Amino acid sequence: MSPFELSLQEVGAKLRSKELSVTELVDASYKRIAQTDDTIKAFITLNEQEARKQAGELDQKLASSEAQGALFGLPAGIKDNIVTEGLLTTCASQFLNNYNPIYDATVTRKLRDAGTVTIGKLNMDEFAMGGSNENSSFYATRNPWNSEYVPGGSSGGSAAAVAAGQVYFSLGSDTGGSIRQPAAYCGIVGLKPTYGLVSRFGLVAFASSLDQIGPLTKNVEDAAHVLQAIAGYDASDTTSANVAIPNYSEALTGDVKGLRIAVPKEYLGEGIDPRVKEAVMNALKTYESLGATWEEVSLPHTEYAIATYYLLASSEASSNLARFDGVRYGVRADNPENLIDLYRKSRSQGFGPEVKRRIMLGTYALSSGYYDAYYLKAQKVRTLIKQDFDQVFEKYDLVIGPTAPTTAFRIGEQVGDPLTMYLNDICTIPVSLAGIPAISIPCGQADGLPIGMQIIGKAFDESTVLRAAHAFEANTEFHKQRPTL
Amino acid sequence: MTTNKYETVVGLEVHVELHTNSKIFCGCSTEFGAPANSHTCPVCLGHPGVLPVLNRQAVEYAMKASMALNCQVADISKFDRKNYFYPDSPKAYQISQYDQPIGEHGYIDIEVNGETKRIGITRVHLEEDAGKLTHIDGGYASLVDFNRVGTPLIEIVSEPDIRTPEEAKAYLEKLRSIMLYCDVSDVKMEEGSMRCDANISLRPYGQEQFGIRAELKNMNSLRNVVRGLEYEQIRQAEILDAGGEVVQETRRYDDASGKTFSMRGKEEAHDYRYFPDPDLVKIHISQEWKDAVHASIPELPDSRKARYTAEYELSSYDAEVITSSIVLADLFEESLKYTKDAKGAANWIMGDLLGYLNQNNKELSEVALTGQGLGEMLELLAKGTINGKIAKTVFKTMLETGKLPQQIVEEQGLVQISDEGALLAIVDAVIERNPQSVEDYRAGKEKAIGFLVGQLMKETKGKANPALVNKLLVDRLQL
Repeated sequence: MSPFELSLQEVGAKLRSKELSVTELVDASYKRIAQTDDTIKAFITLNEQEARKQAGELDQKLASSEAQGALFGLPAGIKDNIVTEGLLTTCASQFLNNYNPIYDATVTRKLRDAGTVTIGKLNMDEFAMGGSNENSSFYATRNPWNSEYVPGGSSGGSAAAVAAGQVYFSLGSDTGGSIRQPAAYCGIVGLKPTYGLVSRFGLVAFASSLDQIGPLTKNVEDAAHVLQAIAGYDASDTTSANVAIPNYSEALTGDVKGLRIAVPKEYLGEGIDPRVKEAVMNALKTYESLGATWEEVSLPHTEYAIATYYLLASSEASSNLARFDGVRYGVRADNPENLIDLYRKSRSQGFGPEVKRRIMLGTYALSSGYYDAYYLKAQKVRTLIKQDFDQVFEKYDLVIGPTAPTTAFRIGEQVGDPLTMYLNDICTIPVSLAGIPAISIPCGQADGLPIGMQIIGKAFDESTVLRAAHAFEANTEFHKQRPTL
Repeated sequence: MTTNKYETVVGLEVHVELHTNSKIFCGCSTEFGAPANSHTCPVCLGHPGVLPVLNRQAVEYAMKASMALNCQVADISKFDRKNYFYPDSPKAYQISQYDQPIGEHGYIDIEVNGETKRIGITRVHLEEDAGKLTHIDGGYASLVDFNRVGTPLIEIVSEPDIRTPEEAKAYLEKLRSIMLYCDVSDVKMEEGSMRCDANISLRPYGQEQFGIRAELKNMNSLRNVVRGLEYEQIRQAEILDAGGEVVQETRRYDDASGKTFSMRGKEEAHDYRYFPDPDLVKIHISQEWKDAVHASIPELPDSRKARYTAEYELSSYDAEVITSSIVLADLFEESLKYTKDAKGAANWIMGDLLGYLNQNNKELSEVALTGQGLGEMLELLAKGTINGKIAKTVFKTMLETGKLPQQIVEEQGLVQISDEGALLAIVDAVIERNPQSVEDYRAGKEKAIGFLVGQLMKETKGKANPALVNKLLVDRLQL
């Protein structure tokens, strides 16, 4: 059995009793990658030499019997838009295929402090723009459940690597669903924290007012522990919240008695695969059986969420990605005629089509004469969407629905149709716009592909989200299913 | 001259570098003149993933400057991104302020030709400076120095209230003076810590509507601002006289020729696509914070000037000159702790001090004179310990050494000779050596006594009490 199937407590106990070493954990990771990644293509860059060196150091530390935290020695994968000093960080873009960061992201540093080992950098949609990993400018990651299918995105590599047993856990980033949707497609757990809970310092910005880093894990308990390690105020990120961080694993009581669940009708209406709907309805029955109650509610502004999101996220992206100009880092086009030509050629050659599409959309939305009609209007709608949730949370503890309308789709199926692709995010985008936390956990399968359920909580109430997710897991077997590779 | 037909309308946009220790959004030093790119980090280099963290000192300096310019300081202020591509801007946007600046609706009073005029200040906003480009000869490459990137700046935008180049100059001098009083910047135009762009248009006298304006850039001294505006007055008047229309455009002032040249037209104007910077939270400025910053502003030139003319009966002109620099004004006030002779202090400052500085091309900070020295010297004069001539020597020594007058007088034996007996002997000797002058005087040429006094002062190395010498001479000659 893979050591990654052991629980955190079991890994910790075996490390302490010397039945297992960090070196062995890291070996297991690279061995699994060697076996599977030709098919899965989850990784862009491997950190093997450094990881083995680090594993040796951690084993020595272990020998000196210092008390170690829950994540000590665990092999982790990091999405390739989170900067790692001295380890290529490409954002899956040709533009940055040579970019070697000169500093560490705050989460990278925190994971190192927790004693995890960075196995490598994970594939994604270029600059986190996309929901299938087909926008990676290197190669598309495959779904471990069926390699003809997408793993979701943009954190597709992060989800696939965990589902394929290549790493113990991974970090992804979520702007409009980029952790939750691939977690759903790959049958694992993905948590998008409240905006501001985890520092964004060192996360290559896509849409600054939406981006959040979060864990992708095999189960809810692991998610709680990884969140514990990365959450907290960071003086380097003034949008990070200065709030007390609770002990998340203590919230995993298994008790959901009296919990009031709201189920938005907009998340179960037209366009939702009936099998997905059925899986979610069955899950609600499980909650009922555990003493929780649920009622249908309305989030009336849901239909405007996608338009709002694509205006705001693209506007911010158009500015955030302006720094990629071929002047100081990244790839510079050859033989420019002058400065403007240098910019034009470098950006034309460096960015892929989806990134260009969003830069153009955002540039247009911010342009003089259009700003009020697009950007400003979208900001106002964003407030209304947030208010939808505020009202529901006056009466309910959680909102539950599907993570995505369907299971994973075939590679290539939606490539020529960006609007359909955008609709995959209908259940996750409103949550991102509201800045509130949500987790995706497996709740069923259809045709051998996993279905994800999304549990949404109040701002900074990750504890209740994790408690409900954990209670479901404790009473079902979905999270134990593994793809055969 | 054609310009007489037209009224000039000028509005100035002035950038002032705030002399904080570190940059506005990272911890890098703002020190001037360091090796290229030595004061940089991932944040100010705009590396992927970095985030800005606002320097509180920069906000306080901007608040201080706003208050000193009589602006209302915002309760809530925010930062916006100004997007443009240029290699001096590593993020391809400048963090600036668009619609919620730190300060708004202020004014300053300037004095031109003895008249006071109020110039409105539209706004004071905070932003980051760009890097510095050096273009290599031949144009095949440009070098970028990012040391300056992220230096905090305030942009001070005036209302179009300025009517002449002289007023523009007076406005800039006043602005500079106020910034120095507030101690928020070095405000040196030549070093770029104060930069000025000007919007200038002409309109026939009596017309309410503004004419089409040109924006002038690259005027890096007060003199150049005046010259640039003067050139532009004539250029635009000639266009209007010929029945033409001024083109709305940005023009570059050329120091060598004193002319302005078109840089880019309206149609090439940037669309900066301003939007709120999502990486920075809004700045909430409490009344307490405002009060604390307000308390740190020293008494400003206008208030001091009013006090000097009322309390010390200085002339308006003297008060204006002395208060134009906080160092001068502080020197003046310090001296009054040691003497009651305010007019005397003012005269020495206006005459000998400024004369010395002018002549030697020096700044006040480069001379050693103290307020105590000036005050004590005036007291020695009042008591008759020294005379005016000795005082000149004492003053010069103070400028050069910073020693106090008493010590200088003792070291150089400069005490005035007021002993009648001692002086009488010298008087007699002088009379004996100059029979011709004595004869002239006695023949009614009273001027001749001047020569004799001069001889006597020479004899005593200027130390003789002049009044006493005069009296003794007259007495002797009338014998």
